[in-house]
Amino acid sequence: MVKIAKAPEGFTGHGFFATKLDKAVGLARANSLWPLPFATSCCGIEFMSTMSSHYDFARFGAERLSFSPRQADLLMVMGTIAKKMGPVLRQVYEQMAEPRWVLSVGACASSGGIFDTYSVLQGIDRIIPVDVYVPGCPPRPEQILDGVMLIQELAKNESLRRRNSPEYKELLASYGIQ
Amino acid sequence: MFQTIESVELESLLKEKFPGKIISVEKLYDVTVAGVHLEPIKEIIQFLFDSGFKFLTTCHGIHYPDAKERFGMIYHLHDLPRNLRIRLKAFTNADPPVFPSLTDIFPGADWMERETYDFFGFRFAGHPNLKRILNMDDMEGWPLRKEYPLEDQARFDKDDKMFGR
Repeated sequence: MVKIAKAPEGFTGHGFFATKLDKAVGLARANSLWPLPFATSCCGIEFMSTMSSHYDFARFGAERLSFSPRQADLLMVMGTIAKKMGPVLRQVYEQMAEPRWVLSVGACASSGGIFDTYSVLQGIDRIIPVDVYVPGCPPRPEQILDGVMLIQELAKNESLRRRNSPEYKELLASYGIQ
Repeated sequence: MFQTIESVELESLLKEKFPGKIISVEKLYDVTVAGVHLEPIKEIIQFLFDSGFKFLTTCHGIHYPDAKERFGMIYHLHDLPRNLRIRLKAFTNADPPVFPSLTDIFPGADWMERETYDFFGFRFAGHPNLKRILNMDDMEGWPLRKEYPLEDQARFDKDDKMFGR
């Protein structure tokens, strides 16, 4: 069954359809996200399941995983991030081009989880801004898909000016990212 | 130079070769365990190496905060052809303790000693590259020493806003 993405609000007439540029770009972006999996532990195993045929992540237009941050739109952080891994994750984020979204999958990436200890970063939002958190230890594939769908909603409804706004620049500056 | 040592002979051989340096020898779970003085540890290991214990299974530090000699190194040696194992223990009270590096006998001791340095702060004389291996370089303290409370209540890196404990 072929499912076509729903058109955004707009005006239709004979042979034309008019809508906002924001909405058209958002539609394209949301349905062709290139995720970069940053999988460090068991949440990554759940992601492998999410990617494969049963849960079929490709349905959401995310067939193509980008293992280079340069082409990725969505950084999926899955697993425990040790403090020593922190600068690596941050560099990967900095290498991504705008617009970029971050999905924090699982308790460890979101808050350090059970690893309440000296060597583990207590949540990736200490070093990079996060758009959606997926709770669970590890979360089921359905939950990961739910998180990705929330990212799609963000992408659909994002203003084209957002990434140039002073608020966004301030957010990045608060993380020390240019 | 290859000498044959049977497991039962290990104790008498060590005591004969290093008189007064071997504190105790016992057999636990088919493994000979020898407590030895710190100074001749490298000669003892070199002697065992020449006798067939060519494999350093592991070496690591240990901290007994209440003991008379608090810091120790444990060496596990393995004689692969004859499948004999020996465990050596050497203790000291110096802080930081200094042990001889085994890197010239066993190149594999390099990372093991770095790990021990990383977690216990032990120094290894003669080690080519003694720096932290697993933890952040700018970390302070030696996490596996038993001198820290289990949890510091004043820590600032834990946030309960969304995901509480």
